[in-house]
Amino acid sequence: MRVVVDFDLCESNAICMQIAPDIFEVRDDDFLYVLEETPSEDRRSSLEESVQRCPKQAISIEE
Amino acid sequence: MRSSITIVGASLSGIRAAETLRSEGFKGRIKILGDEERTPYDRPPLSKNFLDGEMPFERLSLISEEKILELEIELELGSKATNLDIESQTLEIEGVKESFDGLIIATGARARQLPNSDEIQGVHTLRSLDDSMRIRDAFKSVKSKVVIVGAGFIGCEVASTARNLELEVTILETQQVPLCHVLGEEVGSIISDFHITNGVDLKCGVEVQEIQGDDQVEGVLLTDGTLIEADLVVVGIGAVPNTEWLESSGLTIEDGVCCDETCLAAPNIVAAGDVARWYHIGYGKSIRLEHWDNAVEQGKYSAQRLLHGKTNHPPYAPVPWFWSDQFDRKIQLAGISSPEDEFEVVVDSPQEGRFTGIYGNEGKLRAVLGINRPRHVMQFKSLIEKGSSWKEALEFASGIE
Repeated sequence: MRVVVDFDLCESNAICMQIAPDIFEVRDDDFLYVLEETPSEDRRSSLEESVQRCPKQAISIEE
Repeated sequence: MRSSITIVGASLSGIRAAETLRSEGFKGRIKILGDEERTPYDRPPLSKNFLDGEMPFERLSLISEEKILELEIELELGSKATNLDIESQTLEIEGVKESFDGLIIATGARARQLPNSDEIQGVHTLRSLDDSMRIRDAFKSVKSKVVIVGAGFIGCEVASTARNLELEVTILETQQVPLCHVLGEEVGSIISDFHITNGVDLKCGVEVQEIQGDDQVEGVLLTDGTLIEADLVVVGIGAVPNTEWLESSGLTIEDGVCCDETCLAAPNIVAAGDVARWYHIGYGKSIRLEHWDNAVEQGKYSAQRLLHGKTNHPPYAPVPWFWSDQFDRKIQLAGISSPEDEFEVVVDSPQEGRFTGIYGNEGKLRAVLGINRPRHVMQFKSLIEKGSSWKEALEFASGIE
């Protein structure tokens, strides 16, 4: 699976960073960085939670 | 074994609950009742970038039609539950009785109205998509003067949107500074400052006597006799949970549907979102939240709780989190602060337009506030979840560059 972030929608609320810090990082410049674009299958539930809890619905999973 | 679960309320909590029922393997019938005719939509943009006309309607959708079909959800829009009997496990929907095996109550809250103002044209509250569209249209046609009653989050966001559209904005607030009951006086003053800097005429410590105007609104009269002229009034004085339909249900209703620590209101009945008041074991009291993130999480949790029972489920005890966008500031709060808390700015300063501050009490870290500081808010939120002390929080702060 592949993490896709729509950076036009992302407002760096950073909730994804709290749920999956190994995949997402909002740095001091206030921008979101995807640390791991193709996480392993065991990270799926965290990734799905990040998708659901993103207030901007900016994250999606591509299979 | 349950064969049918009904969800009353087709907004964020209800939709997320339905999705969770399916992802947890529930194969029975799922029915969602929504009192509005509109397909389920997201609310935060209604006071922000949908209100200013930037965001198209399609982007508000909470669930696609394909997904509704795929998950085999029966979505009944324009359908209002009018009664519930917990003994016989029956709902009354527009006079017709219908039984269920499991029920999720997610009827949300509605905007509190100012008395005697609903007959006057040009006075609005903001909760629904239609409310937002009415205000958006009024912003386009209004001569100039927008008066906002209440400097809560909705009021402050509407003020910000209206100022961005170059309208003249006055906010009327009863407290001495905006939002001080949620964020404390110091932070309230900081928020007050940037509204004033952005041209909002912020009048605090004033009370509204009445809205004036025979047919069309003309102004807002204050109790001290001052008349504030208005072409458009937006009232943002809080929300009331939608529980009237449950009055004779047998459930306990006290500013929300009262639930135990696992969101259970009665056997086979759970509640989630703005309407739910539940016992939060972390805070040792029952609370009710009106946050977007809680609607998502509690919707999911309540669906799991209904399916799996209490023994398999730890209590629902999240550290609450919300955000508000006002002008170029993103305000975020995680945790619950109270007026007795100590507040300390730990990174940067309010003068710089971005900073992080923490709230503490009795040696514990209670909450974190960030203005344009999302990274730190999440870092401190993790500390709150771990039960960190005030000292540990300060030590962590000193390590931030």
